[in-house]
Amino acid sequence: MTTTLGAGLGLKPQHFDAALDCRHADIWFEVHPENYLMDGGPRLAWLDAVRCQHPLSLHGVSLSLAGAQLPDAQQLRRLAELVRRVQPALVSEHLAWSTLDGRYYPDLLPVARTSAVLARTVANIQCAQERLQCRIAIENPSHYLRLDNHAWSETDFLSELAKRSGCGLLVDVNNVHISAHNLGYDARSYLDDLPADAVMEVHLAGHTVDADDTGGAPLLIDSHDAPVDEVVWHLYQYLIARIGARPTLIERDDKIPEFAELLSERERAQQVLTPQGVLA
Amino acid sequence: MTTTADSFQRDFIHAIYHDPDSHDPVSPALAALTSQPGFKVYRNTILKASVDALAANYPSIERLVGSEWFRAAALVYVTAAPPSNVCLIEYGHDFSAFLMQFAAAAELPYLSDVACLDRAWTECHIAADEAALDATMLAAMAPEHLLSSVLPLRAAVRWRWCAAHPAYAIWHANRIQDYADDEIEWQGDGVLLSRIDGEVVWQQASAGLCAFLDVCAAQGDLQSAVAAALQVEPALDIAALLSSLIQAQAFKAPALTSIQ
Repeated sequence: MTTTLGAGLGLKPQHFDAALDCRHADIWFEVHPENYLMDGGPRLAWLDAVRCQHPLSLHGVSLSLAGAQLPDAQQLRRLAELVRRVQPALVSEHLAWSTLDGRYYPDLLPVARTSAVLARTVANIQCAQERLQCRIAIENPSHYLRLDNHAWSETDFLSELAKRSGCGLLVDVNNVHISAHNLGYDARSYLDDLPADAVMEVHLAGHTVDADDTGGAPLLIDSHDAPVDEVVWHLYQYLIARIGARPTLIERDDKIPEFAELLSERERAQQVLTPQGVLA
Repeated sequence: MTTTADSFQRDFIHAIYHDPDSHDPVSPALAALTSQPGFKVYRNTILKASVDALAANYPSIERLVGSEWFRAAALVYVTAAPPSNVCLIEYGHDFSAFLMQFAAAAELPYLSDVACLDRAWTECHIAADEAALDATMLAAMAPEHLLSSVLPLRAAVRWRWCAAHPAYAIWHANRIQDYADDEIEWQGDGVLLSRIDGEVVWQQASAGLCAFLDVCAAQGDLQSAVAAALQVEPALDIAALLSSLIQAQAFKAPALTSIQ
């Protein structure tokens, strides 16, 4: 499969100038829309300036698509305005919930994968896609808990979501590794079970071993504060060999290194994609 | 677990904010989750993200009281008032009111007023983009209509007079981290903040200027605004006041309701 986007970078404010000056013809940048849902001011001006130079992806963390309520109408309206403004190449969200009864709990909270939750998540995704006028990709979250009320495996649940709502999938390979480690399943089998045709984007990030853990096997934490781990790079190569090239993002949200260091990680991902048919 | 999905989410949030050291039991269904080491990852992430957001929005307060005190106070606030908006730059709109009644802040009675100025900075930073009224536009107004005109303010303008403490001087020193002039004169002061060319800038403001802008914000006409300013500051030079407000891009262009 040939895609128009190759490897991109998560964009942090400290790298705005470097991103503006970046002359890689095929680079793209991803931001969290929640940081740009304001009426005006310099943040939106920065985003506009970057968008003039490069494609953008909007990666939401707060739509709470597996939540008990439909996505907040005002939030969707502001997000739709941002989508119209920057015309993103990709829009994505998570299989998670984070709002309840008018409060926002800033995390990606775990979902009980029942048929009832599947039905309402489909409805929430359809509502969002309709309002945003675009297909969105849903990301697999990282897991830290064993829930005993799942009726669906995560890969089946995601496949069904894509089938019923028309959404795509975002495969976060680091999350697959973390969840497989924390819950004790095989990461490659998980990747094998994903519907290749639905995958619109791939994420790569670093993680840490939980230093506070006091007993049992230490948890891996999706900290986004380190380079992509070698295990994750191997899983990524395995995935791309199976499904073909997909837009791939290097995420870093903490302990942000120099822009050049992120560019070199991004180049490594590009080298995995190029033989699969992405123009570099 | 037999809970429905909705009650699962309510119970989950209850458990997140439940003091892990308290002896109050959580529901048996939730106990199966909270007893796992991974549960604290969610608790830590939610509370840390909320505290971090508050710290980002109130940098002067954190510098003033130190990180340890700030984060302890913030934890009390974020536990009582989780964000109601996913745009976390807007989180903590009533943090100043919280500080006002926070017992541990009783020895720092100016803290709440200083917090209002961090909030004012944020509101200027994210406000809508609007063109400003300039001196030429003001000069073009028919003099006979000037006093009955309402001068609308730009959304990216805030002001505050604090009679009780030098809240502005304290805020300014902590916001720019310049403590060279630590001889703050202990008297009331005021500030005018405005976003100009994408950057929030500020200057000291008199009680008269703040009274003037209070009337403008309430849609009062220029005559009322001048009267209010002169009442608190009888010697105020109104021409100089208008000039400084034009310079600070306080007024919105061009919607002047009473202009010919």
